[in-house]
Amino acid sequence: MTPFMGYFMLGSAFLLIVSMGLMLGRLLGGPTLYDRLLAVNSFGTKTVLFLCVFCFIIDRPDGVDIALLYALMNFIATIAVLKFFNYRALDVTLSGADAEDAR
Amino acid sequence: MSLFAAAAEPAFVVPTLLLDISFLALLVVVAFAIVRMRSLFGIVMLQGVYSLVSAAWFVSLDAVDVAFTEAAVGAGVSTVLMLSAMLLADRKSTPVPMSRQFGALAVVVLAGAAMLYAVGDMSAYGDVNSPANAYVGMDYIAKTAEDIKIPNVVTAVLASYRGYDTFGETVVIFSAGLGVLLLLGLNGNSGRWVARPNGQVINDRSAPSAGLAQDLRSDEQRAEAET
Repeated sequence: MTPFMGYFMLGSAFLLIVSMGLMLGRLLGGPTLYDRLLAVNSFGTKTVLFLCVFCFIIDRPDGVDIALLYALMNFIATIAVLKFFNYRALDVTLSGADAEDAR
Repeated sequence: MSLFAAAAEPAFVVPTLLLDISFLALLVVVAFAIVRMRSLFGIVMLQGVYSLVSAAWFVSLDAVDVAFTEAAVGAGVSTVLMLSAMLLADRKSTPVPMSRQFGALAVVVLAGAAMLYAVGDMSAYGDVNSPANAYVGMDYIAKTAEDIKIPNVVTAVLASYRGYDTFGETVVIFSAGLGVLLLLGLNGNSGRWVARPNGQVINDRSAPSAGLAQDLRSDEQRAEAET
C-alpha cells in the first residue's frame, strides 16, 4: 500500500469517527425515542463501515467478514427494539398458521 | 540498488494511535451520557452504542476475538435482555438523593484503587518471563499445528486443550439463562400488558400452546357439569 493510499484511508476512518460523533449528538439530544433508535441504527452502520476501512488500513482485507457479522448483530437489536415498540412484548407470534389458530 | 532496498522493506503501515484516542474520547462521552440520562430506553440505546464503540476500539487494538464477543454480547444480546427487563420496570429512572450516592462512590473508588494496585503486578508487554510466555502457553503455540491440526491457537485452546472448561462454562450459562426464562419468561409482563398485533389479543388463553389444554365443551355442558 502506498503512503498516499494509507493516509487517504486513515482520513476516511477519521471522517467516519466524526460522523459517529454526530450520531451521538442526535442520540443525546434527539427529541423523540424514534430519533434515538435511528441514531443507534446508523451508529451501527458507521461501525461496520469503519471496520471495513480499518481492515484495509492494517492490510488484512479478510477482516471484512467481521464487519459483515457486526451488521447481522446490529439487525438483531433493531428487530428487538421494533418489537418492543409495536407489541410491548418480545415473544409474539407474528403471522402464519399459529396466529390463525389463536384467533 | 536503493529501489531493491525499498522493495525489501515491510509494507507501509499507517499509525493508528489517533484512532484509538478518538474512540476512547467517544467512550467517555457515552459513559457520561449514560450516567446523566433519565429515560431508560435512551440508556439501553446508549449501552448498545457503548459496546459498538468499544468493539471497534478492540479491533483497532488488534483484539478481534474480544471485539467479536463484545459486539455479540453487548450490542446484540444485552440490548434484548435490557428491553425485556424494561417490560417489567418503569420507563424513567428516578434520581437518587445525593446522600445515598456516597456509599456507591466509595465502592467505585475502592475498586478502582484495587485495580490500579494490581496493574503494578502485570508483566510488561512481550515479557519473556511472563506466565503467558513461560509455561504451558509455549507448548500450545508449538504443538497446536500437529496436535489439533488447525491454524488458530486461540480456538485450539478454547475448544480442545481446555474443552472441558468451555463445556462447563457453556452448561452454566445455558442453565442460568434457562432458569431466568422459565421464571420470568421473555415478556415477563403477562399480567400487566396485553400484546395486540393486528388488533389480535395475545395472552395465555389465546396463545397457540393454550389450545392443547383448552376446554372443548360448550357453555351448557360446563354448566351441567358444575351443578
